[in-house]
Amino acid sequence: MKDFSLLINAVYVVSAILFIFGLKLLSHPSSARKGNLLSALAMFVAVVVTLLEQDIISFDVIVASIVIGSAIGVIAAKKVEMTAMPELVSLFNGIGGLASLAVAYATIIGETELSVLVLIVSFVALLIGAITFSGSVIAWAKLSERMVGRPIVFKGQAIVNFVLIIAIFLVGFLVVTQPELSTWHYLAIGLSLLMGVMFVLPIGGADMPVVISLLNSYSGLAACAVGFALENNLLIVAGALVGASGIILTNIMCKAMNRSLVNVLTSGFQPVVTSEMKIEGEITPLTPDDAYYVLEAAQSVLVIPGYGMAVAQAQHNMKELQQLLENNGAEVSYAIHPVAGRMPGHMNVLLAEADVSYEQLFEMDEVNKRIESFDVALVIGANDVVNPAAREMKGSPIYGMPVINADLVKNVFVLKRGMASGFAGIDNPLFFKSNCRMIFGDAKDTLGHLIRQFAD
Amino acid sequence: MIAIYLVFILMLSVFVGFELIRKVPSTLHTPLMSGANAISGITIIGALSIAGGEFGQWSTLLGALAVVLATINVVGGYLVTDRMLAMFKKR
Repeated sequence: MKDFSLLINAVYVVSAILFIFGLKLLSHPSSARKGNLLSALAMFVAVVVTLLEQDIISFDVIVASIVIGSAIGVIAAKKVEMTAMPELVSLFNGIGGLASLAVAYATIIGETELSVLVLIVSFVALLIGAITFSGSVIAWAKLSERMVGRPIVFKGQAIVNFVLIIAIFLVGFLVVTQPELSTWHYLAIGLSLLMGVMFVLPIGGADMPVVISLLNSYSGLAACAVGFALENNLLIVAGALVGASGIILTNIMCKAMNRSLVNVLTSGFQPVVTSEMKIEGEITPLTPDDAYYVLEAAQSVLVIPGYGMAVAQAQHNMKELQQLLENNGAEVSYAIHPVAGRMPGHMNVLLAEADVSYEQLFEMDEVNKRIESFDVALVIGANDVVNPAAREMKGSPIYGMPVINADLVKNVFVLKRGMASGFAGIDNPLFFKSNCRMIFGDAKDTLGHLIRQFAD
Repeated sequence: MIAIYLVFILMLSVFVGFELIRKVPSTLHTPLMSGANAISGITIIGALSIAGGEFGQWSTLLGALAVVLATINVVGGYLVTDRMLAMFKKR
């Protein structure tokens, strides 16, 4: 058979260029769809040209595998609800990790004469792939509420983790020095999987955006490590792009919470700080009927959505209310906090699904500059991201975190199910302010009520 | 020596990646993640030669598994990203 390796590598270069341009087009919502298409084209060419490789002699297995994989992929992509995107993304992260794990493992057992270097990078690929896989499965279980979402900690966790890391290093050494012994392979896979579980267990709730971003990055790094093991340029380039993307998102999420990555990853180990600060004032509930009169008179309304909006599936009702408010002459804007929801950009996707124009969505800094000009702030299922304690209560666990200053708006309506505190487990002084009214109940029902009032 | 070349490629790609992704607006962060998911399915090109090669039964099986998984990532990732991006509209 002919050797096509020159052609293959030339096409890989084209493919890498397409990936890069695809990501470049993602810098604006109007061109983003084209960018995604370009990226898909890059993948398609890469796969097709790889089939010319000399090593490949039988195509039955390949065709069958691609058909099965495509079928599952299509079903998953078509069936998923937009509110379930965080779950799907973390599941996809895990699948990517498992694929890298399988390739790395196959490389280790496939050939007998592997150089030490290839063995080391294969082990690294196996390790990252396994951590990504088991970590993502735990993250998925937490997000879909198949297990408790709060951090899970036990005594001596730090010591167990320390021992685990030492053991992984040891097994890594054994895999590289005695690659023919399958005991070490199994041990390496088992310990790495355990590592992933231990890594995600102590993280939960509002910290999930950080975990998902980090696992996203890992799935890229795993592909990158496989690229080193197989000496494949394109795998390295594409893996590095994904790795970089995940790292940037992780960084943005950490900044939005005013915490370091180390702090997020180890937060489960630290005792909860109970602040002794006294909050002055009283909570004043309000009926939707009374809220309607204020909204009817409002000239500008600021909507601040949070995870509660996703849970209540209230985005469509909100869009309907927005239209009624606009017909009534009010201007409606949305303020999106970077960590609102359970993954980066979670709120934006939900509002896009409800047909809210992306030009009406504003970032925190932009809104805070003109926050006093709004008549009404409608806080839907958000808590920590509008907590003024971050600004004014030294000693509060979230002190210093950038928040949307909803308390500075003339009237604040908080749509909330009950008085449970947010993920951070701290009281929100906003609820006690004199310009704040609580509208208790399911956000979707409350909005529905308001819509009916407007319609009458 | 080839390892050094590969590190070189890695380094440059990481820099390009940082520059590109920094410009993605926060509105598009979820599609960015699912799109990145699809790209990480690039493992498929490594899996193909293992699944179709002659490295023994175990390797073929692992390769096939990897192809299935990576294809889910690629196909599912691109489709769901497209579905999301189609929803981002101007007024």
